[in-house]
Amino acid sequence: MTELIVIAEIAKGTIHTTTSELVTAANALGGSPIIIVPCTDASVADAAGTIAGASKVIAAKSDAFAHYDAAAWAEALDAVAPQGTILTSATPQSKDLAARLAARRNLSVVQDVVAISQNQLTSPVYSGKAMQTVAISGPAVVSVRANVFDAAPSTGSNEISVVDTTGNMATAVQEFMARASQRLDVAEANIIISGGRGMGSPDNFVHLEAIADTLGAAVGASRAAVDTWEAIPHSMQVGQTGKTVNPNLYIAVGISGAIQHLAGMRSSKYIVAINKDADAPIFQHADYGIVATWEEALPVLQSTLAGMMA
Amino acid sequence: MTKIVVLVKQVPDTNAKIVVSGDRVDLSAVKKVMSPYDEFAVETALRHRDASGGEVIALTLGGAGADKVLKDAKAIGVDHIVRIDCEEELDSNSLQSALASTLQEMGAEIVYCGKSAADTGAGSTGPGVAERLGWASASNVTSVGFDGGLTVVAPSDGGNARMSVNTPAVITCDKGDIKVRKPNVKGIMQAKKAQVEVKTAAIQPSSVTIVAHSMPPAKPAGKSYEGGAAAAEVANLLRDEANVI
Ligand SMILES: Cc1cc2nc3c(=O)[nH]c(=O)nc-3n(C[C@H](O)[C@H](O)[C@H](O)COP(=O)(O)OP(=O)(O)OC[C@H]3O[C@@H](n4cnc5c(N)ncnc54)[C@H](O)[C@@H]3O)c2cc1C
Repeated sequence: MTELIVIAEIAKGTIHTTTSELVTAANALGGSPIIIVPCTDASVADAAGTIAGASKVIAAKSDAFAHYDAAAWAEALDAVAPQGTILTSATPQSKDLAARLAARRNLSVVQDVVAISQNQLTSPVYSGKAMQTVAISGPAVVSVRANVFDAAPSTGSNEISVVDTTGNMATAVQEFMARASQRLDVAEANIIISGGRGMGSPDNFVHLEAIADTLGAAVGASRAAVDTWEAIPHSMQVGQTGKTVNPNLYIAVGISGAIQHLAGMRSSKYIVAINKDADAPIFQHADYGIVATWEEALPVLQSTLAGMMA
Repeated sequence: MTKIVVLVKQVPDTNAKIVVSGDRVDLSAVKKVMSPYDEFAVETALRHRDASGGEVIALTLGGAGADKVLKDAKAIGVDHIVRIDCEEELDSNSLQSALASTLQEMGAEIVYCGKSAADTGAGSTGPGVAERLGWASASNVTSVGFDGGLTVVAPSDGGNARMSVNTPAVITCDKGDIKVRKPNVKGIMQAKKAQVEVKTAAIQPSSVTIVAHSMPPAKPAGKSYEGGAAAAEVANLLRDEANVI
């Protein structure tokens, strides 16, 4: 049996909950993983101490972990992780790290895993139009999609050790660029409300923003919206040539549901569609479909949600 | 003379319907195109050449059928086109090893590729090849500058950052603000006549093998409502039935 290693997912300086999902995924591969926490300050790793189903926690401490640098992170983590199968989250950054770590060890990488059965791993391919199941023989590096595996409970008591490590940075940040908005990015959010061409004008996105603020959600957009209106930046685009998202809840408003849009969001856990055309393809993928104009539906949605959150 | 290499991959047209017959996808009737993000990589490679001189070589791995994607790159303006001849299905380890050894042999100094291929969506090739070469890498890059060293704009810490990148490097390209040039008549004529340089590379055995393809699990039919007032009920169901808010 090969050793299992989970690389903790770090967001805004703390351990992200998907780390607990990675432990469940590792358990499905047949063992209790070591959780390695990349950090500049070892106290960050404390939160991993209670994740059940793990064998122990290593705080991998290095200045290199202050900002993501693929080469340095792979080097610094490779020095700490024992040989074995490594699991990471399937965020863009962690997929990048997974690929570099695998290459460093001359291993193969399997990305975007959504199901595990013994040594067989399943991932969406062709933008989610088909699923691919592969068999791994021996150690590999595996990235796992969020919101697929249940989070391991926080009833564990793992021993935490601190290991210093280093990596040579190959990039240097010159400037952080101001974000267009303080809201979450679609790639990070657990709830997304997206608008399409049916919103009529970029000004009408304020109605989506109001709901996003009520729910702590991100605002996304279709390509038609991004291409048509300068005020809607490409960073909001969901789909084939935008971001691939996997939230718990995706609300599509005035979006027809073109195959390239679906490519970016069809694996969302729950999908709500609001569209005035009952025949819009998005409804075939919606758990809750509302045939109505957004002008009718959004005020009702907003006031009901605001009432719930109050 | 800077040797700029751009990795390109042939994939099914993103509009194509994907069918699974038996337990494999059947792509025989599907139109093949250059993977969309590779188009940004080709454009960036050409801009790099235009800014600092050198030559751009498009490299792919595949059977003779993959020559089409190289000819498409040639029509847009790359200088040379090279294919590593391989019909087999490779895992990431075998693929990256073959690419890395070929890049080394070619004397590549900078490599561009798409942030992920439209078929696998994996995004492993760029960073994996960089690691094998011992190079820097920057991924999901939306803008590249060539003045006074290589600089890129890429996602960082939940926003974007401008970063300088050591060279040699592999840069994986996302859609940015750049417009991708289209082939002109002269380019298309040149591409027709262009010779693909065919290379062989040692191929390691794969340790990850495809067991089966299947269609995505069908979603049970959702609930549908008429009229905006139903939004109130849907909000309640999101809380009480779906438990997502
Ligand atoms: C290579 C390639 C890559 C692509 N990548 C992407 C991508 O990444 N992301 C993406 O989204 N698209 C992508 N596309 C484009 C895609 O094919 C569609 O054109 C696009 O998704 C359509 O956006 P839309 O749904 O907003 O607009 P439309 O298709 O025009 O749909 C608008 C919808 O709004 C509804 N509507 C109108 N008024 C109202 C109202 N008042 N209230 C409620 N509903 C209303 C209409 O019934 C309609 O269904 C790509 C295309 C190609 C070829």
